[in-house]
Amino acid sequence: MIRTNEIGAPPGLLKRAAMFDVQKIRQDFPILNQKVHGRPLIYLDNAATSQKPQAVIDTITRYYLEQNANIHRGVHYLSEWATRAYEESRLKAQRFLNATDAREIIFVRGATEAINLVAHSYGLKYITAGDEILISAIEHHSNIVPWQMLCQTTGAILRVAPMNDQGELLLDEYERLLGPRTKLVSLVHVSNALGSLNPIKAMVAMARRWNARVMVDGAQAAPHLAIDVQELDCDFYTFSGHKVFGPTGIGVLYGKREWLEQMPPYQGGGDMIISVSFEKTEYNHLPFKFEAGTPHIAGAIGLGAALDYVNQIGLDTIARYEHDLLAYATEAVAAIPGLRLIGTAREKAGVLGFVLDGVHAHDIGTVLDHAGIAIRAGHHCAMPVMKRLGVPATARASLAFYNTKEEIDALVQGIYKVKEMFD
Amino acid sequence: MSDLGELYQQVILDHNKRPRNFRRLEEANHRADGHNPLCGDQLTVYLQMEGDVIRDIAFHGAGCAISKASASLMTESVKGKTKLEAEQIFEKMHKLLTGDPCALVETGGLGKLAVFSGVCEFPVRVKCASLAWHTLRAALEQIKEAVSTE
Repeated sequence: MIRTNEIGAPPGLLKRAAMFDVQKIRQDFPILNQKVHGRPLIYLDNAATSQKPQAVIDTITRYYLEQNANIHRGVHYLSEWATRAYEESRLKAQRFLNATDAREIIFVRGATEAINLVAHSYGLKYITAGDEILISAIEHHSNIVPWQMLCQTTGAILRVAPMNDQGELLLDEYERLLGPRTKLVSLVHVSNALGSLNPIKAMVAMARRWNARVMVDGAQAAPHLAIDVQELDCDFYTFSGHKVFGPTGIGVLYGKREWLEQMPPYQGGGDMIISVSFEKTEYNHLPFKFEAGTPHIAGAIGLGAALDYVNQIGLDTIARYEHDLLAYATEAVAAIPGLRLIGTAREKAGVLGFVLDGVHAHDIGTVLDHAGIAIRAGHHCAMPVMKRLGVPATARASLAFYNTKEEIDALVQGIYKVKEMFD
Repeated sequence: MSDLGELYQQVILDHNKRPRNFRRLEEANHRADGHNPLCGDQLTVYLQMEGDVIRDIAFHGAGCAISKASASLMTESVKGKTKLEAEQIFEKMHKLLTGDPCALVETGGLGKLAVFSGVCEFPVRVKCASLAWHTLRAALEQIKEAVSTE
């Protein structure tokens, strides 16, 4: 994360940063120790999904080897064990987001499902024709389409806060778009296509003046910076497990209890009920009201292990290391003739987007792949961002704390090879 | 291991850099759009048909080296051909691009188009090489909706 206003760190942090040994960290990620097309793998597609540390792999393996059972119903040993482990993961997620109450943590498949849950449950109950939903120009499709669908159903209107050429949201414009009709605001914390870090706390405060609810898509923020939902004061926050070094198919929706209590269930089924008869069903308490059916138990437990792992390193340490690495990468890549950075916000986290004169992003991706370097090429599920910037596609290198300066050097060499080839 | 040189052969790199028949054809009486939104590849194929014969052909748009070179070489290979002949080349190209196993595919009569024989080793790029051809077919059939190979 780049913070231009940073003025030194407490001595404790510096000490921990000094202890950060990237080579040692890399040994925790077995997948990194392999060759692709005969070259050592350089994994720079972390914004798509992150790699998993041995601790997460072992936790999931052990679960299926020794502990597998269904939760919240069995009277036997394994079921009690699985229930406890699943609920411990909820507590870990609560601490990870600094939520006040574990009942505010709903397990979902990922950030996409969390946004859909809020759009369906909160949206269909509280949003009506003529109301406005405000999103931003740098949203992922997952934070656009559910709101469009809600607008189609309810007759509400979707508004979009614009950005500048650097990929920063225009706060004046955002503030102007808020008003008495704004019922809900949904914003990305860190842009997946551009890396821009939005000033969420200030944006929530602005929305508060109009009594609008605020949902934050933290899929790209959770791997890179410490999150405190109480400090942000948002009503809903979500992140995906697989982007924070946990398994796919599991994620977290945080919601303020006062809203979650009032919201109707998203899906019906087992576990979300207290009693069922053919005449009437009584819904379960939070958080179970929103967790119909057998959940992804192994995923939740694996996510707990991932959060433990990240906490052990410390998100402040991670943010500091990645800040330096991104600055190093930005400088090195920007110096390549004919290359243009896409996404140059002052505050960024983890993402380095670029285009190269006369070379399509997919060709960059293919040639780099043959040098063992995994990047993403395309529109990054953010077609409105591409349209706004006038590029059909970009190449994107995205970082994690296990990446090194040597890997960035290899990326730069790889880009020079691309240029040579298409010259 | 797939070899990068098999994909990006010199002919392909050359046609990417200097695409032939790369312009908007004012006299066109057939045209069609091709769009692969995931890739960001977008092109328009223009035909000037004289009865059943492709008297002139051009294309315009933006895309990766494979899609651009494919479109460029396609225009050279079907210019002056009848609709039926163009469709026959399309069929051969289709086999070449999707052939499994690659080596056994009959590529005779494709001439320069055989440079795309390496593409089938790169499954994600098959759609790039085939976009222009599907767009050509749409132009021949006068299909209005944009075609996609994604």
